[in-house]
Amino acid sequence: MKTFLAFVLKEFQHVWRDKRSLFILIAMPVMLMFIFGFALSNEVKNSNIAILCPKPDEEVLSLIEKIDQSKYFTINKMMHNPNEIENYFKQNKGKMVIVFENDFADKLQHDKLANVQLIGDATDPNTATTMIGYAQGIIADYQKSLLGETNLPYAIQVETRMLYNPQLLSAYNFVPGVMALILTLLGTMMTSVSIVKEKEFGSMELLLVSPVKPIMVIFSKALPYALLCFIDVLIILLMARYVLDMPIRGNIFLLLAMSVLFIFTTLSLGLLISNSVDQQQVAMFISLVGLMMPSLIFSGFMFPIENMPKPMQIISNIVPTKWYFEILKSVMVKGLGFSYIWKHTLILVGMTAFFTLVAVRKFKIRLS
Amino acid sequence: MSLIVKNIIKTYDKGNVLALDNVSFEVKQGERFGIIGPDGAGKTSLFRILTTLLLADSGVASVCGNDVVLGFDKIRRISGYMPGKFSLYQDLSVEENLNFFATVFGTTVAENMHLIKDIYVQIEPFKDRPAGKLSGGMKQKLALCCALIHEPKILFLDEPTTGVDPVSRKEFWDMLDRLKSRNITILVSTPYMDEASRCDRIALMQTGKILAIDTLDNIIGSYKNKVFGVETRQMHQLSQFFKTHKAVHSCYPFGDTLHVTPKDALLTSIELESSCKSAGFQDVKVFDIVPNIEDIFMNLMGQNNGI
Repeated sequence: MKTFLAFVLKEFQHVWRDKRSLFILIAMPVMLMFIFGFALSNEVKNSNIAILCPKPDEEVLSLIEKIDQSKYFTINKMMHNPNEIENYFKQNKGKMVIVFENDFADKLQHDKLANVQLIGDATDPNTATTMIGYAQGIIADYQKSLLGETNLPYAIQVETRMLYNPQLLSAYNFVPGVMALILTLLGTMMTSVSIVKEKEFGSMELLLVSPVKPIMVIFSKALPYALLCFIDVLIILLMARYVLDMPIRGNIFLLLAMSVLFIFTTLSLGLLISNSVDQQQVAMFISLVGLMMPSLIFSGFMFPIENMPKPMQIISNIVPTKWYFEILKSVMVKGLGFSYIWKHTLILVGMTAFFTLVAVRKFKIRLS
Repeated sequence: MSLIVKNIIKTYDKGNVLALDNVSFEVKQGERFGIIGPDGAGKTSLFRILTTLLLADSGVASVCGNDVVLGFDKIRRISGYMPGKFSLYQDLSVEENLNFFATVFGTTVAENMHLIKDIYVQIEPFKDRPAGKLSGGMKQKLALCCALIHEPKILFLDEPTTGVDPVSRKEFWDMLDRLKSRNITILVSTPYMDEASRCDRIALMQTGKILAIDTLDNIIGSYKNKVFGVETRQMHQLSQFFKTHKAVHSCYPFGDTLHVTPKDALLTSIELESSCKSAGFQDVKVFDIVPNIEDIFMNLMGQNNGI
C-alpha cells in the first residue's frame, strides 16, 4: 500500500511538473466549451435575408416587420427586381430571399389567396432547411392572427412541441458530445502515452527489476489521469450550467457515476494501447486516429447514427463513446433515471472488463 | 557461487542476429567481475538476461541460486541494476528519485543511508535538482545510489562509466572499491580496457563470444606473443608496410607508437628495425614492450575474426 501511494505521488509529480500537458488537460475542455458554445453553432440566429417586393403594401410591411423582429432573421436588403436575387446569393450576402407577389394585400383580401416564395441557399442544406422552417413558422403564425378575426367552419391546427429542448439550443447536443470526446481523448491518450514514456525512457526496465508487482505500476499510473478526467467532467458541467445556462435535468450523482464508469473505460483502453506499443508517437497516433476518429463519427454527436447505412450502424455499437454519449443525453437532457440506461451501463462495464483483462494479459513481465 | 552462466545463446530478429554465442562463466560471492568488450559485444543482452528482463534462447543461468527464468521474482528482490542508459526519472529531483526507489524496494533512505553515504554526500548539494539536469558523472552516482538503496546481494552495472569524464570514472571505481567490504557481488561491463585492472577477474568479450576469462595478471602472463613498440614520424606509411610484412602478425597504433606483434617469437627488435630501414624507412625506432590488455584484446579479437 505504501508503495502504491509512492507510485501515485510520483505520478502526480510528473503531471504537476509537466505544465504544458497540465495546461492542455485543463484548458482543452474550457476552450472546446467556448468554441462550441459561442463560435461554432448550427443554430440559426440573426441570419441575413433579403426581401423581394416591387411595391410593398401594408400586409407585406407588417409581415416583414414580424420577420425582422424575430431573433432568427435580419433583413439586410430590400430588392425590387428579380435579377438581384442571383447576385445576392453569389456575393454571399445572405442565405434566404423571401419573394412577395405584386398586390399581395389586395389578393389576400379579395382572392383569399396570396403567394410567397422562399428561396434558400442550400449550399449548406441543414441551415437552409432550418431557415425555411422558421420562415414558414412565422408566416403561418401571421396567417393564424389574420384568421383569428374570421371564423372558419373547420380547421386542422398543427401544434408542434419540441420536447426536452424547446428552444432548440445546440448546447443540449454539444455539451454531452464535448464531454464524451474529451474523456475519450484524454483518458486514453494521456494514460497510454505516460506508460509508454516509461518504456521509452528506460525507467520501466528499472521497475521491472524490482519487487513491485508490474500491474501495480500500471494501475497507479492510471489513477492521476482518472482524477484529472473527473475534474474535466466537473469543469464542463459547471460551464454548461453557469456559462451556457443549460439545465442539468437528471440526477447529478447518476451523471457523475456514469462519467466515472466511462473514465474507467477510457483508462482501460489506454492501458491496453500502452501494453501493446513501445513508442509514445505510436501510442498517440493510435489514440488519435484509432479512437478519436471513430468516436467523432460514430458517437452520434456530429452525425446521426440513424441515418447511416446498416453496416456502419452496427460498427457504431463497438465504439464506447457512443454509449456514454447516449447515457449523457438521457440523463442530462431528458432527465431519465437509471432504469432507462441500465443496458448502456452494462455494455460499458463489459467493455471496461474486457479491455482491462486483455491489457493485463498483454502486460509483459520482461522486455520484448 | 553468486552467478552461474552456462551455455547461454541469445539471438534477435528471428535468429538472424547472434547476440550471445554459447556464453559460460561463474562469479564468486563478493567478487568484482568485469565484462570487457566493444560496443555490440553482447554485454547488454547478457545483463538483461541475468536481470530477468530477457529470456535466453537456450542455456541456463542462476543468480544467487535462483534460476533466471523460474526464480525471476526472487532475483528482482536481491539485485541492484543500473542500465547502460540513464533511466531514472528526469523530472524528479535527486532526493525524490532516491526516496521513490527506496519505497519501491520496501525500504527507506534513512534505513540504508549507511550503504550510500559515501556516494550520496557527493550529490547531496544537488538534492533538489531534477535528475535530468545533473552532469553525466552525477547521474551515474545517483543511479548507483538508487541501485544500492535496498542493500542488494548482487549489483549489475551495465557500462556505468560510458560517457563520463576521466575524473568521474576514477571516482566511480573508487566508490566500487569501498563497496568491497560489504561483500556485494558486482558484475560490471565496460568498453574501456584500462578499467580491467579495477576488477578481480575479467571476461574479454566480442561479438557474443567470451575470448578469455581470468584475472588481468593471468591473462597478461599467459600471453606468449612478443610485442614491439615502434616509434616513427611516418605512422601511416609504416603501418601500411607492416600490414604486408611477412614476419608481422598484426599492427595497431597506440597514441604515437605502433604496437607490432610478430608471427615468429624469435624475431628481435633489431631485426625488425633493420627490415624497416632496408625498406626505406630511416626514422624508425623498434623496442620491446610488455603487452598490455589492449594488445592482448586486439590479438584475441583478430583470432576470433579468423585473421
